[in-house]
Amino acid sequence: MRKIMTAAAALATMLAAGLWVASAPRPLDSAELDALQGDASRGAAIYLAAGCGSCHIGPARDSDPLVLSGGREFASDFGTFLAPNISTDPVHGIGGWTQAQFINAVMRGISPDGAHYYPAFPYTSYIRAETQDIADLFAYMQTLPADATPSQPHDLAFPFTLRRAVGLWKALYLREEWVVAGDLTEEETRGRYLAEGLAHCAECHSPRNALGALDHDRWLLGAPNPSGTGRIPAIAGPGFDWTAFDISAYLETGLTPDFDVVGGSMAAVVRSLQHLDKSELDAIAAYILRAAQ
Amino acid sequence: MKFHGFLGALALGAALALPAFADENPAIEQRQGQFKLYVHNFGVLGGMAQGRIDYDADLAQIAADNLFHLTRHDQSRLWPEGTDSASVTGTRANPAIWENLDDFVAKFGALQGAAEGLQQVAGGGLDAMRAGFGPVGQSCQACHESYRDEAS
Repeated sequence: MRKIMTAAAALATMLAAGLWVASAPRPLDSAELDALQGDASRGAAIYLAAGCGSCHIGPARDSDPLVLSGGREFASDFGTFLAPNISTDPVHGIGGWTQAQFINAVMRGISPDGAHYYPAFPYTSYIRAETQDIADLFAYMQTLPADATPSQPHDLAFPFTLRRAVGLWKALYLREEWVVAGDLTEEETRGRYLAEGLAHCAECHSPRNALGALDHDRWLLGAPNPSGTGRIPAIAGPGFDWTAFDISAYLETGLTPDFDVVGGSMAAVVRSLQHLDKSELDAIAAYILRAAQ
Repeated sequence: MKFHGFLGALALGAALALPAFADENPAIEQRQGQFKLYVHNFGVLGGMAQGRIDYDADLAQIAADNLFHLTRHDQSRLWPEGTDSASVTGTRANPAIWENLDDFVAKFGALQGAAEGLQQVAGGGLDAMRAGFGPVGQSCQACHESYRDEAS
């Protein structure tokens, strides 16, 4: 009996140790990240493509789009996430961060003190970014104003309060590979970089499984609105018949082919993307049509 | 007997818990009709602005005149309390409208102003029309962003 107990205890210890190892943060090599030279002027376009402001501006209706004070609430099946302050404030924002810490936060979901971020922060898409682009983004965000609003804690239900468990989730679901693979044209490839990476379209436009991971088999086929009523529409699949012109024009002007005008959370997306070069919007359109095949 | 009484109470409870149907208040359908007429005219101008159809000064002016007059339609009976998306089905009007009525009215005022501006320039050439068209779309977007739910 004692032998069985000892074996069971040993097994449990091994399992716990295994889970602890499996859930450990896996950052990018900081020496390589430190070597990158960020260019703030290039970073402005990255900021718009990545849509940082859409989530991290203040909660007031007329919040300044460049003051990243945080505080917006994002309801989900797991509880309510509150976007943190990512302004340049050294105490309440990211003013004291290094470039390597920033890139690991954005591309691996790891905080400067080694904790996992929840994947409400779309590092699941940003993992596909070029580290140089995120270094440029960091340089640009250094030029934005500081705001001393403290970040608010998320309001989550147990067991989702266990941050370490996010490491296991990452082991299961955090993937760098492209979802739409195969032979792509140069324009489709650029569009894929933007849509699957920086602009993180699928985070709202694809359904998720019970653990909140994006369903790659139903990519861009629409999903329930995570934070309200109605559905986020499909942008692929049988019901979606927009042309490349339609998609690019929508991202530029917010007008659908039927001349409805963008609303809801997509309005902020258009407000960011419309400042990119038209060729970038055309590339996203080319990718969307490729993804629909 | 007791069981049937319980069933009856259950059915009544379910009926009370179900949201009312949209057609119980005709204001919802009527205001949706209003927006369809906006699009009927806005779409002509948008088609010209985007180059989907050729610019035609007369058609543009007619559409802009229509939009001007449509946006003068008095709104006071189109938005009764209890016709929000949390209270009834068949509407995308978010309850925040009634919590921020002053802002909602101000945003409608912005649409009226933009429609007036567009009316003044719509027949004056493609570039002039485009310049007047943009602010109308912006005023639509401002309201949709704050107050319109996602489609179901």
